Amino acid sequence: MQMTGARMVVQALKDQGVDTVFGYPGGAVLPIYDEIFQQNDIRHVLVRHEQGAVHMAEGYARSTGKVGVALVTSGPGATNAVTGLTDALLDSIPIVVLSGQVPTFMIGTDGFQEADTVGITRPCTKHNWLVKDTAQLAGTIHKAFHVARSGRPGPVLIDIPKDVQFATAAYTPMESAATGHYAPKRTPDAEAVARMVEMMETAERPVFYTGGGVINSGREASRLLREFVEATGFPITSTLMGLGAYPASGKNWLGMLGMHGLYEANLAMHGCDLMINIGARFDDRITGRISDFSPGSRKVHVDIDPSSINKVIRVDVGIVGDVTETLTEALRQWKARGSKVNREGLAKWWAQINEWRAVKCLSYKPSTTTIKPQYALERLEALTKGMDRYITTEVGQHQMWAAQFLGFEEPHRWMTSGGLGTMGYGLPASIGVQIAHPESLVINVAGEASWLMNMQEMGTAMQFRAPVKQFILNNERLGMVRQWQELLHGERYSSSWSESLPDFVKLAEAFGCKGILCTDPKDLDEAIMEMIRYDGPVIFDCRVEKHENCFPMIPSGKPHNEMLLGDAETQGVIGSKGAVLV
Amino acid sequence: MNALNIKRGASSHSAYDLRDPNAPVIESHTLAVIVENEPGVLARVIGLFSGRGYNIDSLTVAETDHAGHRSRITVVTRGTPAVIEQIKNQLGRMVPVYEVHDLTVEGPAVQRELALLKVAGKGDARIEALRLAEIFRANVVDSTLESFVFEMTGTPEKIDAFADLMRPLGLKDIARTGVAALPRGV
Ligand SMILES: Cc1cc2nc3c(=O)[nH]c(=O)nc-3n(C[C@H](O)[C@H](O)[C@H](O)COP(=O)(O)OP(=O)(O)OC[C@H]3O[C@@H](n4cnc5c(N)ncnc54)[C@H](O)[C@@H]3O)c2cc1C
Ligand SMILES: Cc1ncc(C[n+]2csc(CCOP(=O)(O)OP(=O)(O)O)c2C)c(N)n1
Ligand SMILES: [Mg+2]
Repeated sequence: MQMTGARMVVQALKDQGVDTVFGYPGGAVLPIYDEIFQQNDIRHVLVRHEQGAVHMAEGYARSTGKVGVALVTSGPGATNAVTGLTDALLDSIPIVVLSGQVPTFMIGTDGFQEADTVGITRPCTKHNWLVKDTAQLAGTIHKAFHVARSGRPGPVLIDIPKDVQFATAAYTPMESAATGHYAPKRTPDAEAVARMVEMMETAERPVFYTGGGVINSGREASRLLREFVEATGFPITSTLMGLGAYPASGKNWLGMLGMHGLYEANLAMHGCDLMINIGARFDDRITGRISDFSPGSRKVHVDIDPSSINKVIRVDVGIVGDVTETLTEALRQWKARGSKVNREGLAKWWAQINEWRAVKCLSYKPSTTTIKPQYALERLEALTKGMDRYITTEVGQHQMWAAQFLGFEEPHRWMTSGGLGTMGYGLPASIGVQIAHPESLVINVAGEASWLMNMQEMGTAMQFRAPVKQFILNNERLGMVRQWQELLHGERYSSSWSESLPDFVKLAEAFGCKGILCTDPKDLDEAIMEMIRYDGPVIFDCRVEKHENCFPMIPSGKPHNEMLLGDAETQGVIGSKGAVLV
Repeated sequence: MNALNIKRGASSHSAYDLRDPNAPVIESHTLAVIVENEPGVLARVIGLFSGRGYNIDSLTVAETDHAGHRSRITVVTRGTPAVIEQIKNQLGRMVPVYEVHDLTVEGPAVQRELALLKVAGKGDARIEALRLAEIFRANVVDSTLESFVFEMTGTPEKIDAFADLMRPLGLKDIARTGVAALPRGV
């Protein structure tokens, strides 16, 4: 069927099952906006800044498992999308960004709002295309969705010059689009899986170390993981990106590992004799000093991206494959061989782990006068547990406390910027999640500094009736920066104050939503309930202790067993074990 | 040995895997990367090398299959075995990349480079340049009373050796194509 390029864009999105596009118009995308205006299948969410559009698409994608879509104009529209694209690249989030471009005959002339968008975004996309011929447009869009969601998911961008949007050509339907040779390997090598299964049968101190790849692989991956963990009785820890794949209430759950991970999780990683990495990438927040990383273990790594394997840590068994397919095969083989594990070894291992657990590394000094950030999250957890709840975060201390103190029972319920650590991610991400799940409770656990970075998106929340709850742990500090300055830079607090903060309650009123201020721990429960009950967006200014530090903490470049536990009462206990340098 | 998703013909069963991947030795490898000849593909490959801090000693590219729109990029790179392995995996996962061959480990390969050398001189130097060119099987493709342009093909080392000899004899300019390489046999 013949149609204009602009109509092709809308048609291709419909064929791909897209129901929502987050975007911002401009000269170079007007033909596409004209087509969007003339149909009702795809909803366009008008953002307030293109960075917000991309983070919304990320939140939408991570909470649904579908591909998120953003639409931006040429030049500044495209450059504003760069942070979001990089964020999605580092966290393996599938999104498609469509950008307008000056007409083909003007490319290279420094035309109005011209930028070399494919050049700028080449290193921050999984792939990108400049489409110079309308006949190629629909096929390219279909291919882009295929690339975004296949293998290791990631962001892609399609740059569409304005004359290509106006010109007419034949539409390429989804089925006949050449998705090309791009077909990453999903099925694991059965022999490699067999080697993993053999190791699992004899291991005395095994640990599952799981990550975002389990979430990427889909719900079935989490189901299989749960089955495997229950059947083997092995302990399991996860990265920040994998939270919810195994339930926080599960009895084998050790909590998050890494720089701000739990004592028991990190010591289990350090002391294990078999590490089974499923869909995690040995990030430096996890490994600490490489030469001292889990020195006595054999390591297995399951990852769909061959370049993840042996990139940072040499492993004994590398398995290139999708988590779901690999776990299916591993469970099949393990059961066929008699479902064996080393029961005696495991019993001792659990006894050791339970000693570590008894340290209670998350304890903090409670207060009756100021709200401790940990307490605020404990109350938020208690009051929202069991609800149909999604959590996003900004970046900083509050993000780490959220990871430590909130429990995730299901995958796709936790959206955070892990790899890039983008302040300003959480508010737009929460809107993207809420648009995808209109009836659910969506809370952005924020720091006041991060939140200000994209606060203009409250306008989007209001306009599109997204009742997102902005739970701001306001310490009037760039808390995470302040913590590093305290611990590593002689308490010289260089520019880590949040000066001249707005009155968040008045700000809420200015946006037309609800503002809540809470300063006293005694009022907190009622204030949280008020936030949950309110039918609309809420900005919750939760004034917390200003100088609280986030522990445990493994200082950069230190091994796992040199963890700082802070001022918890349990200090003496650990000291006597000699395991930890405080 | 690791079950890496190395594409057909690559080094998963070669002696390479038996070496210590963390050895601090720096090896030179010649990689042949077969790519879809789409706009920007070369920038993408080069960007990978610069962005991740890998070396490029030589790089050549041309469309080798016009009907199939495929180009062959030949890269000579240097690094520890672990880095070389990363480079191959990073190349292999790029969307427009069809195949990555490590010609250094896949078996014997022929490597050739073409060079043009302009040598200016008179008298004995001129005669000596011509005599050496014959020994190196370089052809004269242009001559004036004061200069020659020699054309030669050979391994990069052979071209280096010839250029070194020409330098005292009046080497003015040199243009080199970079390495093209193919495995021997079928
Ligand atoms: C302030 C701050 C502090 C942080 N502290 C911590 C911390 O204490 N602990 C922590 O864990 N993180 C922490 N992070 C996050 C950290 O930076 C990394 O983002 C995170 O650890 C990476 O998680 P991951 O290894 O699960 O990898 P991801 O980035 O989620 O990557 C997923 C991996 O799975 C693979 N994969 C994708 N899909 C599939 C599939 N279908 N099948 C198989 N494999 C697949 C990918 O190829 C990739 O290798 C912190 C971040 C910030 C901003
Ligand atoms: C865009 C961006 N700029 C700078 C940083 C560095 N950074 C990391 S955490 C942080 C402070 C965050 O402060 P806030 O949002 O108030 O959170 P808190 O740590 O106080 O909970 C900064 C500046 C970053 N991660 N992202
Ligand atoms: Mg703060």
